Amino acid sequence: MARIDLVDLAHSYSGGEAPESFALKPISMTWRQGGAYALLGPSGCGKTTLLNLISGIVTPSRGKILFDGVDITPLSTQKRNIAQVFQFPVIYDTMTVRENLAFPLKNRGVPRPEIDTRVADIADLLDLTPYLWRKATRLTADAKQKISLGRGLVRSDVAAVLFDEPLTVIDPELKWQLRSKLKALHRALDLTMIYVTHDQTEALTFADTVVVMHDGRVGQRGTPAQLFDKPAHTFVGYFIGSPGMNIMSAEVSGREARIDGHIIALNRDYDGFRPGIKIEIGVRPEFVDIAPPAPGLLSANIERIDDLGRIRFARVRVGHAKFAARVPPGFSIPDNVAGLVFDTSHVHVYADSLLVEGSA
Amino acid sequence: MEKTVNQKAWFLVLPVFLVVAFSAVLPLMTVVNYSMQDTFGNNQFFWNGVGWFKELLDPSTDLGGRFLTSLWRNLFFSAVILAIEVPLGIVVALSMPRQGWSVAACLVILALPLLIPWNVVGTIWQIFGRPDIGLLGYVLHKIGLHYNYVSNDLDAWATVIVMDVWHWTSLVALLCYAGLKSIPDAYYQAAQIDGASRWAVFTAIQLPKMNRVLLIAVLLRFMDSFMIYTEPFVVTGGGPGNSTTFVSIELVKIALGQFDLGKAAALSLVYNLIIIIVCWVFYTVMTNAGAERQVKKGVA
Repeated sequence: MARIDLVDLAHSYSGGEAPESFALKPISMTWRQGGAYALLGPSGCGKTTLLNLISGIVTPSRGKILFDGVDITPLSTQKRNIAQVFQFPVIYDTMTVRENLAFPLKNRGVPRPEIDTRVADIADLLDLTPYLWRKATRLTADAKQKISLGRGLVRSDVAAVLFDEPLTVIDPELKWQLRSKLKALHRALDLTMIYVTHDQTEALTFADTVVVMHDGRVGQRGTPAQLFDKPAHTFVGYFIGSPGMNIMSAEVSGREARIDGHIIALNRDYDGFRPGIKIEIGVRPEFVDIAPPAPGLLSANIERIDDLGRIRFARVRVGHAKFAARVPPGFSIPDNVAGLVFDTSHVHVYADSLLVEGSA
Repeated sequence: MEKTVNQKAWFLVLPVFLVVAFSAVLPLMTVVNYSMQDTFGNNQFFWNGVGWFKELLDPSTDLGGRFLTSLWRNLFFSAVILAIEVPLGIVVALSMPRQGWSVAACLVILALPLLIPWNVVGTIWQIFGRPDIGLLGYVLHKIGLHYNYVSNDLDAWATVIVMDVWHWTSLVALLCYAGLKSIPDAYYQAAQIDGASRWAVFTAIQLPKMNRVLLIAVLLRFMDSFMIYTEPFVVTGGGPGNSTTFVSIELVKIALGQFDLGKAAALSLVYNLIIIIVCWVFYTVMTNAGAERQVKKGVA
């Protein structure tokens, strides 16, 4: 149980000093005790590196990690009091489920009666009680992953439990069950949990704070709602949401954005961009509606309609740019040209991929 | 469905029949034939039925005594070298590097003894142990040990065993190394996080994951040491006395030394039978272990 501080933490596997050789660029961040965090990003974005730095499997090239204010950077994994659940279930073949769960406690010399009660409690939480005396190798993949998870949770004093894409090998139906189990465990045990995934649904449903990573950097950190409403980086906008945010280059001045000579009104005032900066506007497909073509509306060519059941999205093309927009319920789709209606309060402006707040 | 009958097809199978007949069936049958007869000079043969086999299994006769003594001697030898080579091979495999140029270097050095012809191995050790010109024998004499594999039973045994360990531990080590390399990193990381000691990592992860290659290693080493001939023959010639006369050496003595083809044939059949039975037992154990694993996977 601990607050975790990352102070200017960075890592380069090659040991090089050039900024591009760093798998994880310097970050500073605080994770509070008892929080549920998700590290979200595509493969190779540095999220697993960050996780391995915290657990001590990898030693950082730079920076410090503090648990409750104490620098633990030089400590080995064993001494850090961290639990980690890996992508593939790790089971000790020769042991029963009970012995597997007791293993971390036994290694630390916990007295027998205490081991028994802890193992019984955790088995109960994870619904593993009926299997306790079975050989662990004879169980299904999700039961094995539960054992891996149980080994992480069985120690009462862990500073944090780290999950490295733990649901990869689990069937979709069981994924839901295990995910809600994790959520329930988090509530029951008051542990700091850090969950690494490239699946936004997993991240957004599990965590109260999501850290979106991109190319070794933190793109944005916030609640799922913040990530959705106000992406701080075009990458975050594009990565979160399905379909992702529409990003288009535009000329912005004052309260107006200009695309293909067409003007979109903006809610805030944007001025004083230095010349040479890449200016884009971003708007989520949920806040752009398809309408019959009309003068005053940005016109678009419809390429196809994705029917998601509850909602329909039109994939359109504006000039050369691809765009996704909502098809309002009951709206019959015009031939192939449509107008786009923007919800101006959700149109954001990005300068060199970073969100610009603008003035009121 | 109508099948075409073409008797000419037999001609296509005929070469295989001939090869197998001449390479395996006929020689074996000759041995079976010899084992039922007594031979004298001038190619005179006398029918003896199962007489040799009865003698072979009766320790009170000369033949039976020699066979059973060499059999027990050979089994003892196999047990000793297994008890040394298997743990030693595991230790070597565990202490080998996992990456970098040193891996290749280690593999080459380990493979070297395996590439040397067996009688050369024998010759190397025969010279190595000589007190006059051999490095080992000379040094041992200088420190005051009366090491002499020609006249002392214990020294002869020690030489043969050390030679076998030198020659074959590499095989066990290489097999174990392959087994160790196949363990995913996540297991070691999980063990670190679980606070496992070095010993716990060995017993909980490495040993269980190596059990299949170990079974193969034990099988190979047992079979090879049970059939050992060349190296001890070159070094000690089966002596001093009969102290290092293993079954195959005894067999050659009877067949070529005394030219008792009947006795030798009976002995080689029984010898062969023992090897086939041991092989079969190992094979069954191994496939059963494999099948059990398959079943487990099926459940998962």
